[in-house]
Amino acid sequence: MASQTGGYYLPAPSHWPIVGSVALALMALGATFMMNGLGGGWVLWLGLAVLALMLFGWFGTVIGESVSGKHNKQVDQSFRWGMSWFIFSEVMFFGAFFGALFYMRVLAVPWLGSGDTMEQLWRGYTATWPTAGPGLAADGYKFTPMGAWGIPAINTLLLLTSGATVTWAHWGLKKSKRGQLILGLFLTVALGLSFLGLQAYEYVHAYRELGLTLGAGAYGATFFMLTGFHGFHVTVGTLMLIVILGRSIKGHFTAEHHFGFEGVAWYWHFVDVVWLGLFIFVYWLV
Amino acid sequence: MAHDATHAHDAIPAHDGHGQPGGIMRWLTTTNHKDIGSLYLWFAGTMFLVAGSFALVIRAELFQPGLQVVHPDFFNQMTTLHGLIMVFGVIMPAWAGFANWQIPLMIGAPDMAFPRMNNWGFWLLPVAGFLLLLGLFMPGGAAAGGWTMYPPLFVQGGISYDLTIFAIHILGASSIMGSINIITTVLNMRAPGMTLMKMPLFVWTWLITAYLLIATVPVLAGAVTMLLTDRHFDTHFFNPAGGGDPVMFQHIFWFFGHPEVYILILPAFGVVSQIIPTFARKPLFGYASMVYATASIAILSFIVWAHHMFTVGMPAAAQLFFMYSTMLIAVPTGVKVFNWVATMWKGSMTFETPMLFAIAFVCLFTIGGFSGLVCAMTPVDIQIHDTYYVVAHFHYVLVSGALFAIIAGVYYWLPKWTGHMYDEKLGKLHFWLSVISMNVTFFPMHFLGLAGMPRRYADYALQFAEFNMIASIGAFIFGFSQLIFLAVIIKAIRGGRKASDQVWEGAQGLEWTVPSPAPYHTFETAPVVK
Repeated sequence: MASQTGGYYLPAPSHWPIVGSVALALMALGATFMMNGLGGGWVLWLGLAVLALMLFGWFGTVIGESVSGKHNKQVDQSFRWGMSWFIFSEVMFFGAFFGALFYMRVLAVPWLGSGDTMEQLWRGYTATWPTAGPGLAADGYKFTPMGAWGIPAINTLLLLTSGATVTWAHWGLKKSKRGQLILGLFLTVALGLSFLGLQAYEYVHAYRELGLTLGAGAYGATFFMLTGFHGFHVTVGTLMLIVILGRSIKGHFTAEHHFGFEGVAWYWHFVDVVWLGLFIFVYWLV
Repeated sequence: MAHDATHAHDAIPAHDGHGQPGGIMRWLTTTNHKDIGSLYLWFAGTMFLVAGSFALVIRAELFQPGLQVVHPDFFNQMTTLHGLIMVFGVIMPAWAGFANWQIPLMIGAPDMAFPRMNNWGFWLLPVAGFLLLLGLFMPGGAAAGGWTMYPPLFVQGGISYDLTIFAIHILGASSIMGSINIITTVLNMRAPGMTLMKMPLFVWTWLITAYLLIATVPVLAGAVTMLLTDRHFDTHFFNPAGGGDPVMFQHIFWFFGHPEVYILILPAFGVVSQIIPTFARKPLFGYASMVYATASIAILSFIVWAHHMFTVGMPAAAQLFFMYSTMLIAVPTGVKVFNWVATMWKGSMTFETPMLFAIAFVCLFTIGGFSGLVCAMTPVDIQIHDTYYVVAHFHYVLVSGALFAIIAGVYYWLPKWTGHMYDEKLGKLHFWLSVISMNVTFFPMHFLGLAGMPRRYADYALQFAEFNMIASIGAFIFGFSQLIFLAVIIKAIRGGRKASDQVWEGAQGLEWTVPSPAPYHTFETAPVVK
């Protein structure tokens, strides 16, 4: 329930949002021109640089406000609601891609391999998962699906362990044990980076040796869209962990006031849970 | 006080980066909910004229059979941009503008929970609008694949299709930021004593709308991302040769799309539920049932999406499920309509412009609701799918529904925003011209659709000529009548009879306890609600 004492911190006018808008405009234009073969790659990179500048500036300002004690309990509560619903929106974003995977596996591919569709269009196509689809199969496209029990299983262990280390760091923070906090975060970052390294290795392996690419029909598209989007989230999460590791070393967090830490930890756990879904439905149940 | 710098009033010029910046910088950098609300509303109004003029291009071409005004491909660009901009650039920003202005005033909060993110939520919109309209100047023209962006057409188009996809991403980011802000504000910033079940209905409807937004807008972002990778990165999400399915896009799109239409209409229910009690001088009939009905409509909106695609083929069981779940929505909607009527029953009613628009809303939205029920029936829908019957249906719910509620809300709160009463005579003129011409435009479309005229074509068979001519005449009267609205607003900003704090005799609620115009900062100390 709302408790309002009049001390809610309302920030002064800020130029960071409009800088962010300029960044996104440049990125959209640069990407569009680049994808259509008109050059413009530098516009995309410029946009990314402006975005990075904005993120540094904006988050730097918020951190400054937090450290100087401008965030009372009510502001802290706002951050908690805000982060929770942001993560919920991300769940729905992943939901669209998981939905695509299930739709193709359960409905679209079997339809293509049965009845008139198969008889008239792709006679002899047997709808099994994983598949590159009837048209590509008819053209002789072949690939090997990614096995679950090599790198993906190791990556599952890495991420689950990182969930434990970040929680261990949180315990350290709550007991004001700085050593445990910093070591825990450091291990979490290291595990996140290892995950990303292995994921990159897996992608190279898929492209070079397995014939598994974005163009490998239904399986390739959903495989790379889901794991790629997740990998992007792990990258962002690792960057966030590095920031709070730096802040922990600087002594920004206290046992009572450390939403910055918790927000990142929530995000990391969310990325972890999404990975479990990926491991089960993309890698394992093939 | 914590918010040191924002105490400086808008009259104080900028210096050393701490005061309130003046001129354009005030608007670019503002963290004030009233400034941002005004920005949203002006943006929506501007885009309304842009997308409205696109509609007039459409109606000019359809004035007579044959091709005489524009090239058919340009016609398709107009229908696409008209739809996209009216939905994402007019109705949604207008509601965000109302939310920004009114929610803090109605719940006794000093501002929105995240003022800087609030600014960004707005300033992403001009970027998206720029990307959408930039398509007009690209080789091949703007996106012409329809506002629903269906593949394979949308995968095959030119460069402006990419701009449209990125515009959707940016609009989505804006909507998510806006809705997170609204949810957090409502849950965490209410004045002491303002329990959830004491909140004004407009706040309730926006809270539920915000949940719909964060649950569905990311799904749309996912759908257009897959379009993008199908276009440029060799994926086969929507290509059967690779095991994909173009119909899958329709499922994902409408999983967003159906809640989206309630995103457009729920705040309208809220505004009308504020206005009718004021001018009937009676409390809202059935407040709690209104809250529950709104929530029911929102929840049901997630399980009805495939009624937009009965003709693409689906199992009979699925058709039955989506038909009955859709018709079920009529129950909570009926609760609302009866509550509005019961609120007016035996009230001492007066008919100022906001009330006129609100009553028109109740009558005409109900017509749109009924034609929606007609469309919901699978066997009937197979006949009228993609005909002008559907066009008539959704313009009754969006023009005489969402738009009329926006106009009603502007008239209702304009005295609070500007401090001046608007010109009642001009307002009434605007009302009568709008309500008559709106019906002249869209009512004949029911007949056109039932007779089989398909939508999204630049030309038509001769037997459709009369009704199309009538619709076009109505559309031009409707379009130019809106200039009266613009004139009324500008007149009220520049002067007029001073508005009292309460403005309307029957008005209830916290926003009517602050002066008119509402000061730059309100409720810095929270009011206590009994």
